[in-house]
Amino acid sequence: MTFLIQQTLIYAVPLMIVALAGVFAERSGIINLALEGIMIFGAFIGVLFVNLTQKAGVFAEAKAAGDWVALQGFMVLAMLVAAIMGAVFSLLLSFASVNLKADQTIGGTALNLLAPALVLFFIRIIANQNTLQMAEGDSASWFMIKKSFFGYGRNDEMGFFGRTFIDKTYLATYICILLFIVLSILLYKTRFGLRLRSCGENPQAADSLGINVYVMRYAGTTISGALAGMGGFVYALTTANCASTGDVAGFGFLALAVMIFGNWKPLNIACSALLFGLFKCIAASYASIDINGDGVFLLADLGISPHFYRMLPYLITLLVLAFTSKKSRAPKAEGIPYDKSTR
Amino acid sequence: MNGGLSKLWQKGGTKSVLASLISILIGMAVGGVIILVVGLNNPNLGLSGAWEGIRLVFGGLFSTGRTAAGQLTFGFNSTSVGNMLFRATPLILTGLSVAVAFKTGLFNIGAPGQYLMGTAATLMLALGIPTETVPAPLVWVIAFLGGMLAGALWGCIPGLVKAYLNINEVLACIMTNWIAANLVTWMFDGSNYRNLVENTKSGYIYKTSYNGVQTAKLGLDKLFPNSQVNGGIIVAIVIAVLVYILMNKTTLGYELKACGANRHAARYAGISDKRNIVLSMAIAGALSGAAASLYYLSGNTEFFWSTYQSLPATGFNGIPVALLAASNPIGVIFTGCFMSMLDIVGLQLTNLTAYNEYITDVIIAVIVYLSAFSLVIKLWLSGRGKKHKAAPAETAAPAPAPDAPDGAQDAKGGEAK
Repeated sequence: MTFLIQQTLIYAVPLMIVALAGVFAERSGIINLALEGIMIFGAFIGVLFVNLTQKAGVFAEAKAAGDWVALQGFMVLAMLVAAIMGAVFSLLLSFASVNLKADQTIGGTALNLLAPALVLFFIRIIANQNTLQMAEGDSASWFMIKKSFFGYGRNDEMGFFGRTFIDKTYLATYICILLFIVLSILLYKTRFGLRLRSCGENPQAADSLGINVYVMRYAGTTISGALAGMGGFVYALTTANCASTGDVAGFGFLALAVMIFGNWKPLNIACSALLFGLFKCIAASYASIDINGDGVFLLADLGISPHFYRMLPYLITLLVLAFTSKKSRAPKAEGIPYDKSTR
Repeated sequence: MNGGLSKLWQKGGTKSVLASLISILIGMAVGGVIILVVGLNNPNLGLSGAWEGIRLVFGGLFSTGRTAAGQLTFGFNSTSVGNMLFRATPLILTGLSVAVAFKTGLFNIGAPGQYLMGTAATLMLALGIPTETVPAPLVWVIAFLGGMLAGALWGCIPGLVKAYLNINEVLACIMTNWIAANLVTWMFDGSNYRNLVENTKSGYIYKTSYNGVQTAKLGLDKLFPNSQVNGGIIVAIVIAVLVYILMNKTTLGYELKACGANRHAARYAGISDKRNIVLSMAIAGALSGAAASLYYLSGNTEFFWSTYQSLPATGFNGIPVALLAASNPIGVIFTGCFMSMLDIVGLQLTNLTAYNEYITDVIIAVIVYLSAFSLVIKLWLSGRGKKHKAAPAETAAPAPAPDAPDGAQDAKGGEAK
């Protein structure tokens, strides 16, 4: 059970935060199809930052002394760098779709093509192979929270809560959950959020009330880029051992599906992200899931092909969308370039 | 989505070509700048290394290797040109696939999945039907048609959910892509089609020539010796011409384009928009399936079957091929060749310099990015005079349902020109 919850959270949290990234862009009226590309780019930047900082030896002392607070700070710094560069990368999309009134779907696709190409080009030049990893150690030994940090010994019992939510988890997961809550409040309970959402529903009316639609759309897409970039790094950190391969396995697109399934509303998105996280977790580790701890590996014993479990997240997405899409309500003005002269 | 755009494109053919050429030039210039920056920051490469890289980006097709002194040599390279035509074959067809969907206002990002399903069907038929009882050319035709059919059926899925359940086709396409990747792996896992004879080829399916089935060379191998080229390129060009006739000279093509220009207006005019959306995706899928068939029926290509973690790049590269050609089926032939030329350039860069083939993917991505606002480039080309005329046309495309009567007239007027 502990294993299942931890694994599900690991997959659900990047999905959740990147889906929220999609909400910020779409609520402001820009379809951000580039989530996947921005995630790839953010993951690369984060890993590169970790790699270069390790090579420079900045945190070597902290690591040797077992100063885990400093190491967690190092991780937060890497997340921040990934977020900033994700935001910068997303400016390409906002520039094309706000200033040049380009087709947002094609613009997003261009970014999705650009990110893996650029990332692989540089990885090959930097590392002379197709994967960029940490310069030393692995993400578990550097960044994972362990019970020894809190004075527990190797054989001490932390209780169900501690075992599940503290031992062997990543601080990044909780930072993302916190950010998710804060930003949802920002979007729904503040003046800025109301203005942003109005630009996705009726930009002409918003403009007539003195809101600068272009600025709001830039803001939405930039926040979106920052969240997606950070989400990409968190994905690489928690599921790929802090390595960048120019690929996030379609997570950006799954996040888009989560967003539509969640009907562009944060609470629904959180729930659907957990659902998809569960299926992703089953796909990744169906053979070692022991639900009630009696030593019976039910899913492995069923004898269904592993390919079926791997297909499941995508199949479920399609089916779920098929049943919910009639009720879904996208922001009205998304995807339509705003032109002042049509007011 | 791009109804207004395609209307403009139909009018300004020359401007489209110019805009595409500008996109290509800017894309290659960006690639050159990246090569230069990387070269100057890398002591192993330096300015001379960067200069070699840039020369290869622009003239890689005509590169003939290095002299003994280490100088790059250029000239007609029959292997490269022949291989370019061979690699262009699937790109032309996936480009057509994306282009047909574009004309109906759909973004077919599902080409990789359709391509994979086409691959699976083609290989199973070509290897599964015994050539002792059935003549090999007949097997070739069956496998080719089977590949097209599989692609068409797979393309129908996003079309159906788009038309009847209103699911965004981009999302449905992406999900079907990954489902196809897993499904194809599942189908080949444990099957008899896996190459178990050659030990070095573990993970690959047999070449179709193992069963004696391969595309006829049609004398092209004499023209371009030492290359992989075969009759497939002729088939691809014929299909492109057929698609051109379908889209521009038949009622069906007119209906498909009317749905793309304004779905609601088309329905008002008595055209079944749902049927046309499904049909458009089916045709698109069939074309992607044909791309896979021609590529794998050549007899000298092998399919890596454990593909559940990656999607074929040929499918995605259909998008830039179609965009660069402004969705014109005849233009797709040339842009397909251009994209495969970039492929060759990437290979030459990897073989001859310290750079790698991903720089050509960067160039392609920049070109796609530029074609997103090719309208702006075209407006800039034709001066500011037309800007005011174009702006309403652009916003007319996503007009809501209540405007249908006016929209219908607009659409008809636009198509008649």
